[in-house]
Amino acid sequence: MTATRFRLFPIAILFATLLLAACAGRNGQPGTEAAPSAPQETGASTGESAAPTHAPAVPGGDVGREQLSDPYGPPTEAALIAFAGDRVYFAFDSAELSPEARATLEKQADWLRHHPEVRVVIEGHADERGTREYNLALGERRANAVKNYLIALGISPDRLKTISYGKERPAVLGTGEEVWRLNRRAVLRIREAGV
Amino acid sequence: MGNDAIKEREKAMTGRSAGSGTPLKRCRMAGPAAFLALCFAAMASGLIGIAGGLFAVSPAHAQLKVDVTQGMLQPLPIAVPPFIARRDGETGVGELGELGRRIADVVAADLRRSGLFRPLDEKAFITLPVSVDVRPRFANWRAIAAQALVVGEIDMRPDGRLMVEFRLWDVPVEQQLTGLRYTAQPADWRRMAHKIADDIYERLTGEKGYFDTRIVYIAETGSKLAREKRLAIMDQDGFNQMYLTDGKDLVLTPRFSPNRQEITYLAYYGDKPRVYLYDLDTGKHEVLGDFPNMTFAPRFSPDGKRVIMSLAEEGNSDIYEMDLQTRRVRRLTSHPAIDTSPSYSPDGRFIVFNSDRGGSQQLYVMRADGSDVHRISFGRGRYATPVWSPRGDLIAFTRIGEKKFRIGVMKPDGSGERLLTDAYQDEAPSWAPNGRVLIFFRLDPATGSTSLWTVDLTGYNERRVPTPTDASDPAWSPLLDD
Repeated sequence: MTATRFRLFPIAILFATLLLAACAGRNGQPGTEAAPSAPQETGASTGESAAPTHAPAVPGGDVGREQLSDPYGPPTEAALIAFAGDRVYFAFDSAELSPEARATLEKQADWLRHHPEVRVVIEGHADERGTREYNLALGERRANAVKNYLIALGISPDRLKTISYGKERPAVLGTGEEVWRLNRRAVLRIREAGV
Repeated sequence: MGNDAIKEREKAMTGRSAGSGTPLKRCRMAGPAAFLALCFAAMASGLIGIAGGLFAVSPAHAQLKVDVTQGMLQPLPIAVPPFIARRDGETGVGELGELGRRIADVVAADLRRSGLFRPLDEKAFITLPVSVDVRPRFANWRAIAAQALVVGEIDMRPDGRLMVEFRLWDVPVEQQLTGLRYTAQPADWRRMAHKIADDIYERLTGEKGYFDTRIVYIAETGSKLAREKRLAIMDQDGFNQMYLTDGKDLVLTPRFSPNRQEITYLAYYGDKPRVYLYDLDTGKHEVLGDFPNMTFAPRFSPDGKRVIMSLAEEGNSDIYEMDLQTRRVRRLTSHPAIDTSPSYSPDGRFIVFNSDRGGSQQLYVMRADGSDVHRISFGRGRYATPVWSPRGDLIAFTRIGEKKFRIGVMKPDGSGERLLTDAYQDEAPSWAPNGRVLIFFRLDPATGSTSLWTVDLTGYNERRVPTPTDASDPAWSPLLDD
């Protein structure tokens, strides 16, 4: 069941968005106060929401009614990735959070507030252009920069753990600026219950 | 001269063995840990010198001398003919004659890899020696330009031990330089060969050898995105490979204790990166200290009683020292910079380490109590992984710059910097116990493969150390015994 929800989640978001647009076009009420609820099966509503009509509303005509899907999704890594992204990137030999990284972390904090039961481990990584031990320290520094920012955004430190892998677990193989950029990262992983 | 006595060294195999005094043969049949225990019991037992050398030749007249500090553009030609088998017979590890040949081969290979010697091709030999107690026919060795000659002989003793004797001759002056006898279980024949190579190296260079040593390293297999890494150990020439961990957990940066059969290393058991001790006699490992956060970059003190390492707290890494007996912990640095990769001076009074407190990674030296920190590296680029030579005269390091990682050395005051290697990514040097050779690992950017290499202080003699898999983070053992 959970697996199905993973796969359907992006689709659900898409349809929810289209539906909101359609609703707004029809009655001028932006549906921003989406209450959390389970994403509903999309099959039945496809025809209506995928083909928004701009025909004038006829009093007494057909009124569509659907459950809004949950933009935050379930407490899974896939849902976190879809909502906020699971990682932020760093400049060379730096643990400073860029404006882009902060924006991502703010979304992650929002998602974490929505799922108060979720605890995460923040993995710090480095590119290959440092020695092994220095990179372990640098990865730890990066993971902590993320942790501290999430704490500043109101996430309880109890929910945040850090681990550094230095250059041991690259995301991308090879050499060159783009490879290195993608490997200088901090990644949020959801901890299993009890870990 | 033919009646020169051979100084005898007995290798006591049963003197001190792993905990329970387990005899050799029983150990061999057990698992890898027990086998290790056997090997290290053997090396812990030491050689008991027996005063048989009453007539040993005084070295005062010796002419041959190899200078280890010069680039050996002309390594010393040395003849190492197969060791003579005193009889036909089976040793358990091969027929006696065949074993004599293999021992000579190991001796010659050690000497060749040092870069200081050039073992001559056996095909050039005019005659082969007939006995270790018969004076060589020097004219025949002069004729093929041999400067030194090793004459060896092997035999099985009634108690089942293998006996290996050899004499080292100075060919031009026709004089014996050394003569020794080793005995051990036949299975230890490689160690006896390494000891003979050490004797020859020491006699001809005046420096201690480093052939009867081991290398601990990280064996790498699997996808480069999620490498399996295992703690591995081997002889310095790549033989007798053994794995100490199973690869399920990430392990990194092992180091040998200077005087115990222990290794300290970093492991991610339970997804918690912590410094561990591994007991080579028992195969057991234990975490060092109860720290809430990552500990890493461990090294033993020269007396083996302490370990220094980095501890990360709130993302900041500082250097700490732990007394292994009391487990008391002392903080040595306290700085918002990354302080890591510490290494003691051989007298234990100073520590060199790596810090980015000046903005980029550089090398700093402080007193062992953490006081008087001063920077020593001022060249171009970043400096990392400093290791103090066991002789005390040099500090080796990794220099990062000009898009390369290179191995170099400098004096402890930072002067006299020299780079020894020039590849894309060479990292993490570790000294041979005589302070003349370094082992490090090299990453090939094209394949992502890692391998172990040695280089001597001239920088000319760079050689790959064979390993069955990719390999990194090598550390040289001390000499196994004296």
